[in-house]
Amino acid sequence: MSSVAANSLDPASAVLLEIRGVAKRFGAREVLRNISLNIAEGEFLALLGESGSGKTTLLRLVAGFEEPTAGEIWMSGERLDLLPPYRRRVNTVFQNYALFPHLSVRENVAYGLRVKKTAATEIDGRVDEALRMVKIEEFAAWRPSKLSGGQQQRVALARALVNRPRLLLLDEPLSALDANLRKQMQSELKALQREIGITFLFVTHDQEEAMALSDRIALLRDGALEQVASAREIYAHPATAYTARFIGQTNLLRGEILDGMARCGAIAWPSDDPGGAAIFSLRPEAIRLASDAVARPGTARFRAALEQQFFSGASELLEVNCSGQLLRVRVSARGPLSGEHEFVFSTADAIRVQE
Amino acid sequence: MYSKAYKKLVALPPLLWVGLFLLVPYALMLAHSFWAVHDGMLVRQPDLHNYVTLFSKPVYAAVLVRTMRIAAAVTLCSLLLGYPLAYYLSFHAGAPKELLYQLVIVPLWVSYLVRGYAWKTILGSEGVLNGFFEYLHLTHEPVAFLLYSPFAVVVMLTHIYTPFVFLPVYAALEHIPRGLVEASEDLGAGAAQTFLRVILPLSIPGLLAGATFAFVLSLGDFLAPLLVGGASGTMIANVVQSLFGAAYDWPLGAAISVGLLIITVSLLFLSERLEKRWRY
Repeated sequence: MSSVAANSLDPASAVLLEIRGVAKRFGAREVLRNISLNIAEGEFLALLGESGSGKTTLLRLVAGFEEPTAGEIWMSGERLDLLPPYRRRVNTVFQNYALFPHLSVRENVAYGLRVKKTAATEIDGRVDEALRMVKIEEFAAWRPSKLSGGQQQRVALARALVNRPRLLLLDEPLSALDANLRKQMQSELKALQREIGITFLFVTHDQEEAMALSDRIALLRDGALEQVASAREIYAHPATAYTARFIGQTNLLRGEILDGMARCGAIAWPSDDPGGAAIFSLRPEAIRLASDAVARPGTARFRAALEQQFFSGASELLEVNCSGQLLRVRVSARGPLSGEHEFVFSTADAIRVQE
Repeated sequence: MYSKAYKKLVALPPLLWVGLFLLVPYALMLAHSFWAVHDGMLVRQPDLHNYVTLFSKPVYAAVLVRTMRIAAAVTLCSLLLGYPLAYYLSFHAGAPKELLYQLVIVPLWVSYLVRGYAWKTILGSEGVLNGFFEYLHLTHEPVAFLLYSPFAVVVMLTHIYTPFVFLPVYAALEHIPRGLVEASEDLGAGAAQTFLRVILPLSIPGLLAGATFAFVLSLGDFLAPLLVGGASGTMIANVVQSLFGAAYDWPLGAAISVGLLIITVSLLFLSERLEKRWRY
């Protein structure tokens, strides 16, 4: 779809991973279609999508557990997709951690170095360092089954990082943790990534997690890339109605542009865009109560009746009805409202999106 | 919740079964092992002379050692056949897995005796194997050691007990999360290292269970030596059988049985302890 321009990387940064036109089929089922994506050295890229969008399959293609049906994967000048998993300088943190139950925490972390016949003295030092990095030294002698989910998560991270991979793949690593622990691990993960500078490819279905952690988000929809850009860019300029809905909350206004005017139901404003049917994404916080706003050019106004009001601390969400069209408006906390009000938004905030 | 009376009622049939068919016979066997036979009459006067005979006559120790060596050989051969088979089926067989599994199980439904006679036919001097050798002009007269030898006993028991090794090993392998294999490859281990460092250690409980089956069942077997063992392939169970039969010395037979029982129970106990150490 419209991801061509958005897929651009900062030209100053070196490309680490290049996914070129990759497709994957399982029998008759097409799981991934024509995926092209570059990941920069040191980048934190979130692969975001609903379940079944193909994000885990894409991760498994990079790790080497699946072979692409078409396309190529390159890592710093080397063809990656022809190598077996054990030859790739890529390590994975698995969703269910996949820790070896018969090995202690220390032996789990040392596994990658042992199989590569690293010198014993070096193994000890690097394992200690990795355990320290994820704050799990005190459990070194324990078996994984004795650890909590969060601790197992840390072991899985240490076991991958100790190998100093070029690229770390994380498959929904936080999805099994409870909300509080999740927030804490998110912040630690972000700090860790900055500290060690390893490139992260992070699969998640949680848009908030993707927005909070990543430098860029690659949004997958039904096996194709919908948009690839920074969270801020996607939020401000969603390419499609799907993206606008998936990343943050939005109002989708459906209508048309005719004779230099955009009309969506009872709401209308001047528009230079080419005419025809149009969908606009208008974020709830882009709409304000007219009583709060200073009259300025380039704004549109509409009257709407209040239907619901949800208080959430610093702000409140209003559900308003404008001649049958339901809109969400986020305003700063102001106490109970009722009846009909006039609302205003800057027409520049109404982003025209594709279906 | 169930009432106490109901629980007792439910427990009755199995208790009766265990009592009648296990505890009473064992008690009788134990009692017999301390009695004696004089002039063809059973004398119920307890002493230890049967056990003294057992330890003082070298023939019994010799047969017991041979029995254990045969059982060990059967165990080893069954493991060498059963483990790779289970590994292949569990990890690499793909779609025909279920069918292959059934094919391994089918021989268990065929009578033990029939399979024994089949080996007689294969290994005998006029048998299939000798006929084949002569047809190829490899030999000019029948190879005698094939049948009526410890070798024949090992072959037949291996054939019979390989599925008993296969089953627990297969179950253990099926329980290994495939994610662990991927994790191992992800960390740089090829197929051989992954097998040695992950799959083999995690399948040891199954391997121990299978080995115990093969060893313990072989230890008490008397049909295989009877059918294909000959004089040189006699095992301890045959000695017991002849003591209870032609020799009419039930007390000595019972004493040997008690000895065998002690060995078997110790082995089961040991294997249980070892399996626990390898379970996670």
